[in-house]
Amino acid sequence: MSRGIRDRVAVVAMGCTRFGEHWSRSAEDLLLDALEELFATTSVTRDDVEAYWLGTLASGQSGLLLSKALALDYKPVTRVENYCATGSEAFRNACYAVASGAYDRVVAVGVEKLKDSGYSGLLRSDPPGDGTAAELSLTAPAAFSMLDPAYCARYGVDPGDMRSAMTHVAWKNHHNGALNPKAQFRSPVTKEKIEAAPKVAGRLGVFDCSGVSDGAAAALIVRAEEAPDYTDQPMYVKGLSLVAGPARGAADPDYDYTTFPEVVRSAQDAYRQAGISDPRNELSLAEVHDCFTPTEVVLMEDLGFSDRGRAWRDVLDGAFELGGRLPVNTDGGLKSFGHPVGASGLRMLYECWLQFRGQAGRRQVAEPRLALTHNLGGRPGSCVSFVSVVGRQLG
Amino acid sequence: MTGLVAYATYLPRPRVRLPEIAATLGTGPAEGERVAASYDEDSTTMAVEAAARLLCTHQATPRAIYFATTSPAYLDKTNAAAIHAALALPQETFAADVIGSARSAFAAWRAARADGGLAVLADVRTGRPGSSDERFGGDGAVALLFGDSAAPIADVLAERSWSVEILDRWRLPGRQASDQWEERFGAETYLPLVRHAAEATLAAAGLDSADHVVVVSPNSGVRKQAMRAFATASTTPIGHSGAADFGLGLAAVLDRAEPGETILVLSAVDGCDALALRATDHLPAGRQRRTVAEQLDDGVVVPYATYLGWRGWLEREPPRRPEPGRPAGPPSARAVDWKFAFTGSVCSRCGFTHLPPVRVCKECGAVDEMQRRSLAGATGTVATYTVDRLAYSPSPPLIEAIVDFDGGGRYPLEVADARPGDLAVGTRVGLSFRRLFTAGGVHNYFWKARVLEPPGGSAGAGGGAA
Repeated sequence: MSRGIRDRVAVVAMGCTRFGEHWSRSAEDLLLDALEELFATTSVTRDDVEAYWLGTLASGQSGLLLSKALALDYKPVTRVENYCATGSEAFRNACYAVASGAYDRVVAVGVEKLKDSGYSGLLRSDPPGDGTAAELSLTAPAAFSMLDPAYCARYGVDPGDMRSAMTHVAWKNHHNGALNPKAQFRSPVTKEKIEAAPKVAGRLGVFDCSGVSDGAAAALIVRAEEAPDYTDQPMYVKGLSLVAGPARGAADPDYDYTTFPEVVRSAQDAYRQAGISDPRNELSLAEVHDCFTPTEVVLMEDLGFSDRGRAWRDVLDGAFELGGRLPVNTDGGLKSFGHPVGASGLRMLYECWLQFRGQAGRRQVAEPRLALTHNLGGRPGSCVSFVSVVGRQLG
Repeated sequence: MTGLVAYATYLPRPRVRLPEIAATLGTGPAEGERVAASYDEDSTTMAVEAAARLLCTHQATPRAIYFATTSPAYLDKTNAAAIHAALALPQETFAADVIGSARSAFAAWRAARADGGLAVLADVRTGRPGSSDERFGGDGAVALLFGDSAAPIADVLAERSWSVEILDRWRLPGRQASDQWEERFGAETYLPLVRHAAEATLAAAGLDSADHVVVVSPNSGVRKQAMRAFATASTTPIGHSGAADFGLGLAAVLDRAEPGETILVLSAVDGCDALALRATDHLPAGRQRRTVAEQLDDGVVVPYATYLGWRGWLEREPPRRPEPGRPAGPPSARAVDWKFAFTGSVCSRCGFTHLPPVRVCKECGAVDEMQRRSLAGATGTVATYTVDRLAYSPSPPLIEAIVDFDGGGRYPLEVADARPGDLAVGTRVGLSFRRLFTAGGVHNYFWKARVLEPPGGSAGAGGGAA
C-alpha cells in the first residue's frame, strides 16, 4: 500500500494522436505528434521540461527513442515497460518525480507502433526459455476468453446471457468510439454483426477484441500548487496504484478465472489514497482495460462497480453506458479507440482530461468530479494492474 | 540371458480412411483405414507412451533403454535420452538408439534381452500420397521389458538370424518416403529364407509347429504369401510399422495367447530374424491393460487433407502470427525434470504444489523448502479452457485447458487429440508426452492434456493411460 500523493501533482497539458493504422507514421513521428499537440496548448517548451518518462512495450528501447526523435538537450529520459500498463507506469513514475521535489515539470509519454509487424495482435519478445510456458503459444484473446466459461460456471449464468453481456460491452464501446474523432473505429456496430463475426478464440469474435493500432499520448505534470499558473483547469492526481501479482492464479487451483486479484488490490490501494469509499457513487466516469469484452465484465466487479456475479446483469441494464449510473469507457476504450500498448494508459487519462474540461463533445458526462483509469498487463492468473483516480478539483 | 517380463503398446488415435484417399487422388477402390500418428507425435513421443504404459503396470527400473526406429526425430543426438528423461529413469541407465531399418528393432530386442533392458520400438511410417506405404503402413510403438524376474511372461526358446544384401526397400537420409523394387523380386528372395528360418528355429526350439505364427515384412508380398504358408499366421495388426512391426505383431499375440502356447515370430527385413517363444503361466496377469485390438478400435477419423498437412505434403496458409522461437539448450537442461518428466515442487512447509518447480512458495513464502513431485502419471480436471484460432499451431486450432491436478497443482496445457467441443469446465484429463512444435531445427517436447471422459460421454472417448 502506498501513502499516496493525493493532490500533490497535477496534469496541466495533454496530447494524443488519433489511434489507428498509421502506415505513414513511425513511432518517432507519433511521439512528436502527441508532444507537439501538448506543447501547442501550453507556454512550456520541450526544453522547459526537466525530465521525461517514455513508455513503450516494444517499439523501441531506452530513452534514446524519445531523445533522438525530439533532439532533446541532454535531458533525463527514462524508458519504462510493464506490459499493457506501460503508459500508466510512465505516468505514475513521472508523477512521483514531481512529488518528490526532484523536478517541477515532467512529461510522461507513451507510444506503440503495432502495425509494422505484419502480424495480428501483440507480439512477444521472450528471453530464451525451455519451451514450456503456455504464454509462448496461447494468444491474448485466448487467455482472456477463458474468463467466459469460468464466469458462467461460477455464477450459473446462462452462456447466452453472458454472450449478450459481452456483445453489449462491444456495442457500447463502439457506440462511444463512434462519437470520438480520435478513435480507431468510428462506426457504430450492430449487435447482430458483433455476434456474427468470425471467432478468434473461445467465444470471442473479432468485435470482442481491442483494436490493434498505432498511437501516442502524453501528459505534462507539475506540482499541484503551481498548476493554476499553467492552466485554469488542471487535473489533479488523487491516487496511483500498481500491483504486480505473484502469478498465483496460474498455479493455484483455488483461483477460478472470474476475477483479477491484482485489480482488486490495486483498486483498494488507489481508493484509499484518494479517500474513496463508495466508488459506484463517487466516481463520475471510469476508463478501464477492456482488452476483450469479458474482461470489462469482470472488471466491473473487481473495481467495485458491480456486486459479484452481477456485472453481466448491470452491463445489460445499461449501467455503464454514457447515460448510465457510471459511464465506462466513454471514449470507446481499447475496443474502439484502439490499443497501442504503451500509449493506452495515457489515452485513458486524456479522456478524463477532456471530460473535466467539458471538451468531450457528444460523449460529455455531466459535471464530472472524479474519474478512474485502469490498466491491466498480462493475462488472467498472471498480471500487473494499475489504477489511478484523478479529479477536477483539489480536496 | 534374461526373460521377457512385460510388454505394452501405444497406437495413436488418428485414422485416415482409405476410401477418402482413393476419392481424393482418383485411385482405385479401397477399404479400411490406417493408423496415423498425430502432428504432435513422433517416434520419440510414441516410445514414451508405450514405455510409460509398461512401467505404469509393471514397476521396474530397466538397466538400459534400446530405442529402435526408422524415423528418428534427431540424428547426432540420442533420442533414447529424451525417452529416458520422460520416464525419469536414473542417470546410470544406459540409453541408446538403434536407428536405420525395421531390422534395428531386432537389434534392440537382442541387446535388451542380453542385459535386462527395455526395448522400445516406435515408428512413423510415411509414404508419398497414393503410395502403398501411405495406405498400408501404420504408426505405433511397443515396449518390451526384459529382466531377471522369476516370473517371465514368455520364455524365449530359440532366436536365429540370417542376413541378406538386397535392394528391395531403401531411403536416402533426409527423404520422407521410401523406394521399393518390384514387390515380387523381394518376395521371391525372402520367402525361401522365411521357410528355412521357420524350420530351423522350430527345430532349435524342439518344436514341430507353433500355436501362433507372426510374419512381418516391409514387403507385402512376403506377408501375403507367408500368411498362406502358415496355418496359424498373423501379421502386424496396423500394417507395416517399420521398427515397431514385429513387436506389435508379437504384442497382439501376447494379448490373447494362453499359457503354454508357443509363438513363432518371423521378420523378413534384409534377411530374416526368427524367435520361438512359449507363453508362461504369468502371461494372463502380465498382459497389457489395453490390448492392441482395443486401441485399434479407439480411433478418430481425420480428413485426408489434414493428414497430408501433418506430413508436410500439403503446405497451408499460416496464421498471421510469428512462429514460436526454438527452445534454448541451457534453460531446457535446467528444467529437464520439469520439461520431460513433468516434475513440480511441493512446499515442505505447507504442501502447496508448484508447476513448474519454484524456489519460493506462493502459498506461505518459504524459500528453498521444496520437495520434487512428478505428475507425469497424474490425472486432473479442467478449470476452464479455450479454442485459440489465432495462435500459431502446426494443426490449428490450438486447444488449451487450465488443468487442476488431483492432489494439487495447476498448469495450462494444450489438449492433445481433441476437437473443439470435447472440453467443458470439469472435464477429466490425463497427460501425454508430445512434440508441441519444431522451431529453428529443435523439437519442443512437453506434455499435453488428454481428455479421459469428454462431456456428455461417448464421442471422442478414451485415450486414457493404459
